[in-house]
Amino acid sequence: MDNIVFIVLRRMRAPLLWLVGVYALALLGLVLIPGQDAQGRPWHMDFFHAFYFVSFMSTTIGFGEVPYEFTDGQRLWVTLCIYATVVVWIYAIGTLLTLIQDRGFQQAITERRFARRIARLRDRFYLVCGYGETGGALVRALTERGQHAVALDIREERISALRLEPLREYVPGLCGDASRPRHLLAAGLGHPRCAGVVALTNDNQANLRIALATRLLHPDIQLICRADSRAVEANMASFGTPHIYDPFETFAAHLATALESPCLYLLNQWLSGEESDPLAEPRFPPHGRHWVVCGYGRFGKALVRRLTEAGLAVVVVEADPERTGRPTGEWVRGVGVDAGTLGRAGIERAAGLVAGTDDDADNLSIVMTARELNPDLFVVARANLEENQTLFAALSPQMVMHPASIVANRIRVLMATPLLSEFERLMMFQEETLACQLVSRLAALSSERVPVVWETPIDDEAAHALSVGLGESRPVRLADLLRDPRGREQALACIPLLLVRGRDRMLLPGEETRLHPGERLLFCGRPGVRGRMEWTLQNLHALNYVLTGESRPQGWVWRHLIKGR
Amino acid sequence: MNPEKVVFGFFIVLSLTLNFGFFVGEMDNPEHHHVLELFAVIVVNLVATILKFGDRTQMGAVLLSTSLVAVLQLLAAALVWGVALYVTGTGTTSAVMASVVSLSGGAMLANVISVVLLIIETVMLRR
Repeated sequence: MDNIVFIVLRRMRAPLLWLVGVYALALLGLVLIPGQDAQGRPWHMDFFHAFYFVSFMSTTIGFGEVPYEFTDGQRLWVTLCIYATVVVWIYAIGTLLTLIQDRGFQQAITERRFARRIARLRDRFYLVCGYGETGGALVRALTERGQHAVALDIREERISALRLEPLREYVPGLCGDASRPRHLLAAGLGHPRCAGVVALTNDNQANLRIALATRLLHPDIQLICRADSRAVEANMASFGTPHIYDPFETFAAHLATALESPCLYLLNQWLSGEESDPLAEPRFPPHGRHWVVCGYGRFGKALVRRLTEAGLAVVVVEADPERTGRPTGEWVRGVGVDAGTLGRAGIERAAGLVAGTDDDADNLSIVMTARELNPDLFVVARANLEENQTLFAALSPQMVMHPASIVANRIRVLMATPLLSEFERLMMFQEETLACQLVSRLAALSSERVPVVWETPIDDEAAHALSVGLGESRPVRLADLLRDPRGREQALACIPLLLVRGRDRMLLPGEETRLHPGERLLFCGRPGVRGRMEWTLQNLHALNYVLTGESRPQGWVWRHLIKGR
Repeated sequence: MNPEKVVFGFFIVLSLTLNFGFFVGEMDNPEHHHVLELFAVIVVNLVATILKFGDRTQMGAVLLSTSLVAVLQLLAAALVWGVALYVTGTGTTSAVMASVVSLSGGAMLANVISVVLLIIETVMLRR
């Protein structure tokens, strides 16, 4: 507000001074020049009539001469004044119009409007810095679930793209440098409803600055950062950034999980999938023979390291090893789009292929060429741009990986259901067979669509009946919660995944586990089951029925009648 | 020497002196207060006000507000004069003159404050 008034006043100073000067001169001339009244007597115009005349003279010439006809001396003066005032008016209006079209002024107005919108936000929101592929995917995923977000990006066209995006919730976007605290604060960093900051820009230093600003200005909110190098990651961790994502590492870990432990991969995919997604079919990548990895950039390096650690033989195909660094193992020079290069990499004998360059056209071409040479190949394709997803889908490789949405999905899971991210981390250290068992249990549970995942803290807010019941020292076991409050013989179609008790984590807690106040539970189950469990959690009578099997009288009269019997 | 300061100082002091010139004389005697003087005061005051537009300093803001007060008072005086002369037809009676002159007196007070502030600023800067 301050800024806009300041700019207008500053710019309008000269035109207004000119206006006052010319008006004063015109008025003075009219008052001083002698005139005649209707009877021809000498007469002097007064200030009142002079001001009236000059006011309409400069804007609408042609009202006539008032109150009496002018003398020739007056006419001479008025002729001069007409030109002077019209020019000054045009100058003033022109300056104002230029000001309105001025870029700085427009930016000031946009910022002010944005700041007002942010101040009016009443729901918890996440501040997403960097609205690129990952940021866009994250904002989409958040709004799909009814959560709110604010986007900040340095590039104007990205914010324009945000405005055109058909999102379910309104997402305010500001074009500004996220590494500057002024813009972060304008985008709502200090807002009491700001639930977290996600720094996803492709500039390491900018992400670092965002993390610093968040830690200093709003220390107790969630902070998730992208870091492309170990050094920056260590720097961020040094001042307590809890969640740091390296997109290349994350993608490589994702792919490696898919290749090493298909069950775990499938489990993670089901649990973190979109609601109403169909259950994805399990894919079992072949082992035994070698894999061909095209592209040895940052993604390729992270991937090759993961695959070699898992004991797979890898042949790298890289067009420019001088730039990317020479691969340590076997490698072939070339992009991989031609049969010769792929042939030298032994594509005919290979088990699988990862088309992982940063160019979508290359990746598509690699997959098509490789398929011709070896139709049984297990193909993993990297799709860099969201808009090319349809092309990849038409090619139908065994797996399509869109790194941006993988990272976005992980961040989304971390923000919406932190326990699920904990669960996924714990599952990585478990045997693959456990994941396979869980996958088959889940498949039996919800036939076609992905299960719903939810967290339940055992406190007065989310589980009133349970916390009261536990206060009465009546033992409640996990098995009781899993009974249907409409008929306790029926089990609810859900699986408890994780129980957090203080610092302890219980993976897949058993049915006999006793529940205590302050614990947190993670469930997954069929859609709608959560609502039924809520009855047991919140309603004392439902809880009582589930525990004992009897419906206690609810009213005072009936309770006394029963007592009397 | 700051030309902006020179120009503003000139206009604010001029508006005070002109204002004083209009103000002095018998309060309710139209002979002692010329309309041209009032006109000059208004114009000079308007210029002084516009010169302070967009000044972000604390002193600039205070000077802008005092100038605005003076302009408002003077415009009110001119309005009273004009209405009495042409709208109601009362003419420049002593009552009308008294109110016009007292309004301009208020404006003069505001202008005095402006000049005092200007002097304080100058003294504090000492350059």
